[in-house]
Amino acid sequence: MERTANVAEKSSPLAQFDIKTLIEIWIGGVDVSFTNSAAWMVTAVVLITAFMTLSMRGRAMVPGRMQSIAELCYEFIANMLTENVGSGGRQYFPFIFTLFIFILFSNLLGMLPYSFTTTSHIIVTFAMAFVVFIGVTIIGFAKNGAGFLRLFVPSGVPPVLLLLLVPIEIISYFVRPISLSVRLFANMMAGHTMLKVFGGFVVSLGVWLGWAPLLFIVALTGLEIGIALLQAYVFTILSCLYLHDALHPGH
Amino acid sequence: MPQLDIATFAPQLVWLAITFIFLYIVLSKVALPRVGEVLEERQQRIADDLDQAEKLKSDSEKALADYEAALDEARSKAHAIAADMHEKLAADAAERKAEVDAELNAKAQEAEARIAAAREDAMSHVREIAVDVASGVVGKLLNSEPDSAAIARAIDAEMSGGK
Repeated sequence: MERTANVAEKSSPLAQFDIKTLIEIWIGGVDVSFTNSAAWMVTAVVLITAFMTLSMRGRAMVPGRMQSIAELCYEFIANMLTENVGSGGRQYFPFIFTLFIFILFSNLLGMLPYSFTTTSHIIVTFAMAFVVFIGVTIIGFAKNGAGFLRLFVPSGVPPVLLLLLVPIEIISYFVRPISLSVRLFANMMAGHTMLKVFGGFVVSLGVWLGWAPLLFIVALTGLEIGIALLQAYVFTILSCLYLHDALHPGH
Repeated sequence: MPQLDIATFAPQLVWLAITFIFLYIVLSKVALPRVGEVLEERQQRIADDLDQAEKLKSDSEKALADYEAALDEARSKAHAIAADMHEKLAADAAERKAEVDAELNAKAQEAEARIAAAREDAMSHVREIAVDVASGVVGKLLNSEPDSAAIARAIDAEMSGGK
């Protein structure tokens, strides 16, 4: 498999999304090569693990800087879960937290120069969204049985309208994993592409005019960091809302 | 677009699964319970501290109330003692005054009695002196021994009439 690009493609704004095999591994005819994407996933996991364990090592009654951040993340997700999922949401806390912090670190690591943004690949975000979708559907049927189907029947609506609304509800339900994954992937990809395009302008406009796109890049970088945080939040809170639907169907 | 290169999907999915599941296990088994514990401990500690503060506050309030009650009691006791003392002193003074009054009255009466006696005495001597003086004057005027009985009669008559 050839994944090395030529020079012209290298300078393309999309070159940053190239998957490059670092260690080629094949198991049972399946390509499980360790790629740059995998390397950054591992980096994220290592950093998260270090952050969440080392910061809490002191178990200080009065938290230090790192411990405060770790506790802040914990309480942020815990509050999100209690507010949006309500009763019965507690047991999904580790999953929701993992989802949030994994996306958050992937997004933020992507902001480092020369790094790779794992969440800028649709397959990665779709896999996560799909797991959420399948998990939520299974939980919905496991907790409510056929009662979960009430989710598709809005209450207090005339029967005539139901003919119209039920198909819409069903479609919107099945669109969830797509919208969830495309939202994150598109945000990440668009932002990074834009940064790269304007970076190219800086180079091509040279010393005299290059500062204008450079200033724009500075502002855009700030915005992108905001988006990195926001998209992690959006992905997580939507997962929480879907979970809420699964646990408490019937609007 | 590199995102649509289907050949890259398998390694990405495999490594996503590996890293995500690993992270999930580490967080759910080690990291998150630890954070939860620390937070709970702190919550507990804060609640305990608040409880204790509440207790101390109520204790101090009780002590203050006790102190004020004691102060009130002492004040009222002091008032009572002062009033008592005042009464006692007044009674003493009245008694003393009555005593002295009685004594003075007795003395005054005695003095009056003495004065009356002295006057009586004096008055009883007036007749004699008058008789003496009269007989002396009469003797000098008449150059003879006057009749004392007559003079005495005249003076008696004069004294009883002239008064």
